[in-house]
Amino acid sequence: MNTRTHFRLMVLYVLVAAMLLVLMGRLWTMQVLDGERYRQVAAQNRTRDIVVPAIRGMILDDKGRPLVRNRTALVVSVDRTTLMRQKDRGEAVLKRLAGVLGITYDELQKRIRLCAPGIRRPCWPGSPFQPIPVDDRVDPKRALQIMERQEEFPGVTAQFQAVREYPEPEGANAAQALGYLQPITQEELDKRKGIKVTGYSGVDLVGRDGLEAAYDADLRGRPGVRRVLVDSQGRVTGTAFERPAEPGGHLVTSIDAKVQGAAERALRNAMKSARSQGHPADAAAAVVLDVQTGKVVALASLPTYDPSVWTGGISQEEYDALLGKKRGEPLISRATQGQFAPGSTFKISSLAAAVADGYPLNGIYPCPGSYNVGSRAFRNFEGQGHGDMNLHRALVVSCDTIFYKFAYEQWLRDGGMKPRAHPKDPMVAMARKWGFGSRTGIDLPGESTGRIPDRGWKRRYWEATREASCKAAKQGYPNLERTDPGRAAYLKAIAAENCAEGYVWRAGDAANFSVGQGDVLVTPLQLARAYAAVANGGRLVTPHLGVAVVRSDGSVVRRIPTPPSKKLDVDRKVLEYMRKALADVTKEGTAAGAFSGFDLKKVHVAGKTGTAEVYGKHDTSWFASFAPVDKPRFAVVAMISQGGTGASAAAPAVREIYEAIYGLKKGAKPALEDGELPKELPKPPVGSGVIGAGSDAQPSAAPTASPEASLDAAPDGSPEASPDGAPNTVLTDGPELPPSTAPRTEATGASPRTAR
Amino acid sequence: MIGGLGSGGAGAGLGTVEGYGDRTVWRRRLAGLRRLDWMLVLAVVALSVLGALLVRSATVPLLTEQGKDPESFFHRHLFNLMIGFVLGGVVALLDYRLLRAYAPILYVLSCVGLVAVLSPLGETINGSHSWIVLGGGFQVQPSEFAKVGLVVLLAMLLGEPRDGEVGPGHKDILWALGLAGLPAALVMGQPDLGTTLVFGAVVLGMLAISGVRKRWLAGLVGGGVLAAFLVFFFGLLKPYQVARFTAFLDPSHDPRGAGYNAQQAKIAVGSGGVFGKGLFHGEQTGGHFVPEQQTDFIFTVAGEELGFIGAGAIVVLLGVVLWRALRIATQAADLFGTLVASGVVCWLAFQSFENIGMTLGIMPITGLPLPFVSYGGSATFANMIALGLLQAVHLRRNPFD
Repeated sequence: MNTRTHFRLMVLYVLVAAMLLVLMGRLWTMQVLDGERYRQVAAQNRTRDIVVPAIRGMILDDKGRPLVRNRTALVVSVDRTTLMRQKDRGEAVLKRLAGVLGITYDELQKRIRLCAPGIRRPCWPGSPFQPIPVDDRVDPKRALQIMERQEEFPGVTAQFQAVREYPEPEGANAAQALGYLQPITQEELDKRKGIKVTGYSGVDLVGRDGLEAAYDADLRGRPGVRRVLVDSQGRVTGTAFERPAEPGGHLVTSIDAKVQGAAERALRNAMKSARSQGHPADAAAAVVLDVQTGKVVALASLPTYDPSVWTGGISQEEYDALLGKKRGEPLISRATQGQFAPGSTFKISSLAAAVADGYPLNGIYPCPGSYNVGSRAFRNFEGQGHGDMNLHRALVVSCDTIFYKFAYEQWLRDGGMKPRAHPKDPMVAMARKWGFGSRTGIDLPGESTGRIPDRGWKRRYWEATREASCKAAKQGYPNLERTDPGRAAYLKAIAAENCAEGYVWRAGDAANFSVGQGDVLVTPLQLARAYAAVANGGRLVTPHLGVAVVRSDGSVVRRIPTPPSKKLDVDRKVLEYMRKALADVTKEGTAAGAFSGFDLKKVHVAGKTGTAEVYGKHDTSWFASFAPVDKPRFAVVAMISQGGTGASAAAPAVREIYEAIYGLKKGAKPALEDGELPKELPKPPVGSGVIGAGSDAQPSAAPTASPEASLDAAPDGSPEASPDGAPNTVLTDGPELPPSTAPRTEATGASPRTAR
Repeated sequence: MIGGLGSGGAGAGLGTVEGYGDRTVWRRRLAGLRRLDWMLVLAVVALSVLGALLVRSATVPLLTEQGKDPESFFHRHLFNLMIGFVLGGVVALLDYRLLRAYAPILYVLSCVGLVAVLSPLGETINGSHSWIVLGGGFQVQPSEFAKVGLVVLLAMLLGEPRDGEVGPGHKDILWALGLAGLPAALVMGQPDLGTTLVFGAVVLGMLAISGVRKRWLAGLVGGGVLAAFLVFFFGLLKPYQVARFTAFLDPSHDPRGAGYNAQQAKIAVGSGGVFGKGLFHGEQTGGHFVPEQQTDFIFTVAGEELGFIGAGAIVVLLGVVLWRALRIATQAADLFGTLVASGVVCWLAFQSFENIGMTLGIMPITGLPLPFVSYGGSATFANMIALGLLQAVHLRRNPFD
């Protein structure tokens, strides 16, 4: 062998060795150094999580009547991801689908577009990667048509789902208290991605308001997960892991459907009669509280709406109606979020403040027709004078001037226009003690604080509005001047005053405060709690609706503890004195007319009317009460915005509520047996919150593929065959499954049996 | 077991090939068996056994799903291996020097086969138009046999005894290039880029070993690069070939398309870790995430199920084969023997590196089986014939034999 060949053979040796070393080195880095990372990628690669949605629990009243339950609906959903991958971006599929569903292609297109600023509803507010429900009232025959012709409907599924339903038992709508559900948004999903056990998945609806939001965790249950092994085509080859869905618990609330229904009817009647008297009566609220425990027996707010509009996509008109002023913003709960001047109902606080400040409880005070606060005369209601009287009578006839006097004298003691370093402001301090100006802590989201204006608030308000005031003080109101020069001049003077010294706590502020006027704002719930404290002898309860979470078989998941109540720092004697005074209001006082003919012997109602003046609007009508006087059980507050006087609008509404509770009308059964709330927890109604799926059947919530999933799930039963909530699966090919590989037998085999 | 069968078969085939039945020759030839390179045989047997098991692992789940006999690929592969060993044995016992006489015939047969593939006789299987279906479930891939033909032909051309000259003359080189170019062009026409590249490696390697001057080698490499560039520049490649190449440069570019195989192959191998998931327990393999797993991507099965230990063992075993083959090349009795052995080395080395490299993401994807491991009759036969050639050269390394 020549040397060149030999040498080159050696080179070949080296080359081969180098080649082998490269391979070994690469193997080492991939398998040993990066092995863990590849293992993770591999795990994602070959498993898919199917989320089996849990059935949301019902919301029940104190007797177990469902306020919110589930209906089994055959829901047709569209997967955007699959559609967008079609050549025509799903146009042909949607046109076919529109034909089957009997709606226009345009309408369907609107339902699946994504919500964004500037896009009108209907649109999809949830995650773009989750199937979008387009119809939840599909005829089973049509659904079957879709399921059997999957090749014509890629990305379209028909499956059984539980949908919220609002039966309104005994006419109890309680829409604002119950709240509503909306699809979880992509942001919320992203936020939860890091957390391991979240309970949320892409197919979920989330409680957005009311009890649905407050007790979302209890109601939602835990979605099941089936982690299936898939091959490269997305076909399921086995199950790696399975955790069945745990249905959500049923929330037992303290709301009594009959009382709630009665309260809503009473408000409706009150508004109707107020309107017949020429008042706009644009909104109303009623609260019924258990004075001992703070349980909310009824929480009504008008105008209201039908919460089922949220189910299955909401139209722009409906959405506008819910948010807009035209229909009175029905989403707002006037009972917990509405803030109104309380008028004379506020006097319980002012009276307690005066007595605590040293005015004798049994003293005699003059009640003139008008009282000069500084240079300005503050008048009684309709300028009427009542002569000298005790505080008892002052409440019964609702004398304002006595309270103006207290307030003015206290203001003067605090230094008047040149206040001391630490003014006492007894009325303001007392109002805070009664819980005004802060949230009651009710188990509902979005509660308002109300407003207790004080010196600090005035200064802050002045700072915020000074610029505008000063501008108005300089320029006046040129527009108004043309039509009403007198008013314009008056407003200009006010603006000038506000600009210069708007931060000063004036005598008028103090006087207005004492009778719940001026800038004082309370929520009906706050007022109900205050009257409950009068009734129960000085405990500020925390209002709450949640009582317990129970399972379908009636067993208790958890009892929701009664939140602690606060001690009201008011002498018990004063409270007793007020109870007696308020008891006479319905007999001989301002509400005597409203309660004429009411069997006070059977149920003695104590209460206080309130008529709050609102600038530029009709008066707010209030009646705050508790009953029975000797053994108080309930506090009932009604408020009619722009409804006229308390005696004419709110008091009759409260009367109607009591009549319903105790069954005082002829032939009527009491809503609450012996006027007592049920002591036992109710059993949830049979059917586990699902109506129409057979005796014991759960809704067959079909598992839905997770966003990137592409698979077919094995069917495991029909609605009738799954008594324990086993999910019924009707699933098509997922987003990434080519149509040709969809195992058609499975898809059609899983068609609902009821549909045949 | 298989090796034993192969040797037995070799003894039976002897008489028919050589045409005379002298008992002393018989005895001497059989005695020669003891002088076989047994380490090479053992390495190949080990690779074959491993390969058979991997083929089984790669095919059982899919066949079960399709409702076919799950062991059919495994059984057929065992059968192929047996035939292969017999073929290899026969070749080993031939006096390889006689091959010089047969080389042109082998070459012509190869070319005829390749032309037949391009004719209507050819069939497209798994996207590659490189098959001739014989019927009865048998099919032949002539390009595999063409590799053998090419090695022997080039060895004949370049290994002519020369007086005083180191390396072949220009005429010989041009002849070699021309004759190698024909089958290469035919294979390229299938199109089968991988096999063409193997041809290129074999030609280049054998020219180098035969002692061709460096300037020739440099020119050839430069020409090759230029040709590749021109092919790419003028868009002569099929779109899928371009896609494969861009996918190689950036596998994440199109993970569902061309990059898919590369990506899935890497995932499968990487997820095996040090010890693997156990034979027949590969999850990626069971889910058919990697295509062509019994043939081109069989190394991913080894990587996933046997881990670094098993996959490394395959690399080491291939290393043993190449080392023994190189040793045979250095010890060969004549230049022809050296060239045959080193041609086989270039073939097997390039093919192994390309095959394993593509599953590890360091080489672009081409359709080449892993020698001695992958499923495939023609490839197995060709590989075993190559083994036989090596043994034949080895047996006659003593010039006095």
